[in-house]
Amino acid sequence: MEEIWNGFVKAIQLIVTLDPVVMEITGRSLAIAAASCLLASLVCIPLGSLIHFNRFPGKRGLVNVIQTLYSVPTVVIGLLIFLLFSRAGPLGDMGLLFTPTVMVIGQAVLIAPILVGLTITALSGVDNAIPETASALGADGIQAAVLTMREARFGMLTAIVMGFGRAISEVGLALMVGGNIAGFTRVLTTAIALESSKGDIELSIALGIILIAVALIINIALNRLQQRK
Amino acid sequence: MALLETRNVGQTYDGKAVLQDISLSIGSGEVFALIGPTGAGKTTLLRLLDFLETPSTGAILFDGTDITRSNKLRLGARRRMSFVQQKPVSFSMNVFDNVACGLRWRRQKSSAVRSKVETALELVGMADYRNRDARTLSGGETQRVAIARALVTQPEVLFLDEPTANLDPVSAGKVEETLAHVIQEHRTTVVMATHDMTQGQRLAGRIGVLIGGALQQTGSPTEIFCAPQSKEVAEFVGVENILSGIIAAKDDTLATVEVNGRAIQAISDFATGDTVYVLIRPEDIIFTKARDSSSARNVFEGEIIRMNTVGPLVRIEVDCGFPLLGIVTKRAAEELGFVFGKKIFASFKATALHTIKRWG
Repeated sequence: MEEIWNGFVKAIQLIVTLDPVVMEITGRSLAIAAASCLLASLVCIPLGSLIHFNRFPGKRGLVNVIQTLYSVPTVVIGLLIFLLFSRAGPLGDMGLLFTPTVMVIGQAVLIAPILVGLTITALSGVDNAIPETASALGADGIQAAVLTMREARFGMLTAIVMGFGRAISEVGLALMVGGNIAGFTRVLTTAIALESSKGDIELSIALGIILIAVALIINIALNRLQQRK
Repeated sequence: MALLETRNVGQTYDGKAVLQDISLSIGSGEVFALIGPTGAGKTTLLRLLDFLETPSTGAILFDGTDITRSNKLRLGARRRMSFVQQKPVSFSMNVFDNVACGLRWRRQKSSAVRSKVETALELVGMADYRNRDARTLSGGETQRVAIARALVTQPEVLFLDEPTANLDPVSAGKVEETLAHVIQEHRTTVVMATHDMTQGQRLAGRIGVLIGGALQQTGSPTEIFCAPQSKEVAEFVGVENILSGIIAAKDDTLATVEVNGRAIQAISDFATGDTVYVLIRPEDIIFTKARDSSSARNVFEGEIIRMNTVGPLVRIEVDCGFPLLGIVTKRAAEELGFVFGKKIFASFKATALHTIKRWG
């Protein structure tokens, strides 16, 4: 018990003194998660909108599949990305395996279903009278769609924040395609896993506290967004 | 030439016909009211006329061109029109931006947008609210913003769907006043749907009665209210005395209609032997204690069988051999001593009656 307590105290010291290793790992985690979130948002919000605004056979089934993929195991996506970018894989020539870039791509793929699905949910939550009114006031199809997306902006922000939360907290994919290389691809989650197994409990706890703080901030942001809806 | 014209338009939802065979023509600058009970298809017809929906059958012409099934032409037409919905929704932005939307979608310059929005907000008395979040407004304020939003684009045709249905009497009065002002000032073509027939009468030059998805009658307010052409229209426009009879005798235009063995004198175009409905508006009946010496051709003695007080008025139903419903003020009823079971006299003029053909 004492060991844990001492670990906790030292962890606080590491955070308060802005320990360079802790800061570096935290910064990289935030940067990779933010980049993956941005990449996924750029693709998935338009894609989700496209699915919402168009009628096509199998739409309901597609939405069901997307929602099922919310909880796809990170190691499955990790394996998929690993196979794609490994030397023998179709994208192996790019030499991206075990780089932050492939971690960004992997995390973007991982959170894509959440972003697409929650974009569709956010747009579905907009009163049908909004696009109807826009059309009645002379908006063309695209103008009415843009207005609907504007009305759903808080719901879409929620999707982005939730995607960020999943990206920053996942460990399987980061470990498999990033490789947990110190100073290069080591992020909060992979560092905690490694340092714990090495017995460096203080660093693990410090990183864990930071991860929980990030989760808390995300949760507060989500609550705020829900209220503004 | 008609600005808007429908030719045998029908609309079906999930196999259920909502509108059937609507042929209607609305001229430029005309104020046309569609009246009818809830669920008659008024909103659907307005949506079709605004090209928000495509009819299942028939064609809709705008400015002489059939644009029923061309998306591009429909958008062009829609941009010359505006629609105020029954339950208007505000976009989640301030009042100014809500009103400015239509102009921005038409890519108007920001200086023009500013001045037009300000003018529209002034017109509906909402200028002080320009920076308010539009979703925090009351029902009446939202309705006024919706009207400003519709008028700001200076539409050639304005559609109003039950413009005052969800408002309290004071707000409804203000909205109606604004509409009357706009109609008079701008000579905008207006098509309004309302279940409030008196509103149709106040604002419109011509009225169409839509019942059960079919356009039963169109005409001036006087024609609709005083000379309905069917029993359904008569019932809807408040003719509460609809008596089945047969024309027993005819002298020029004056007919004697036999109703339950009683003879009622009415002006009628029908011939002896025709089966008809005699329509008598409650407000055309005069109740007196004694036989009236007025010029009314029809005077019947009867017993009061029902009395209902409605605000300052009393609705009195008298059995004269046939039931007859009339209205008197509460004060008059008290002064004349009208009570349940009392024998009184009902009189009405032959010219106040209207007869329609009764089939079967």
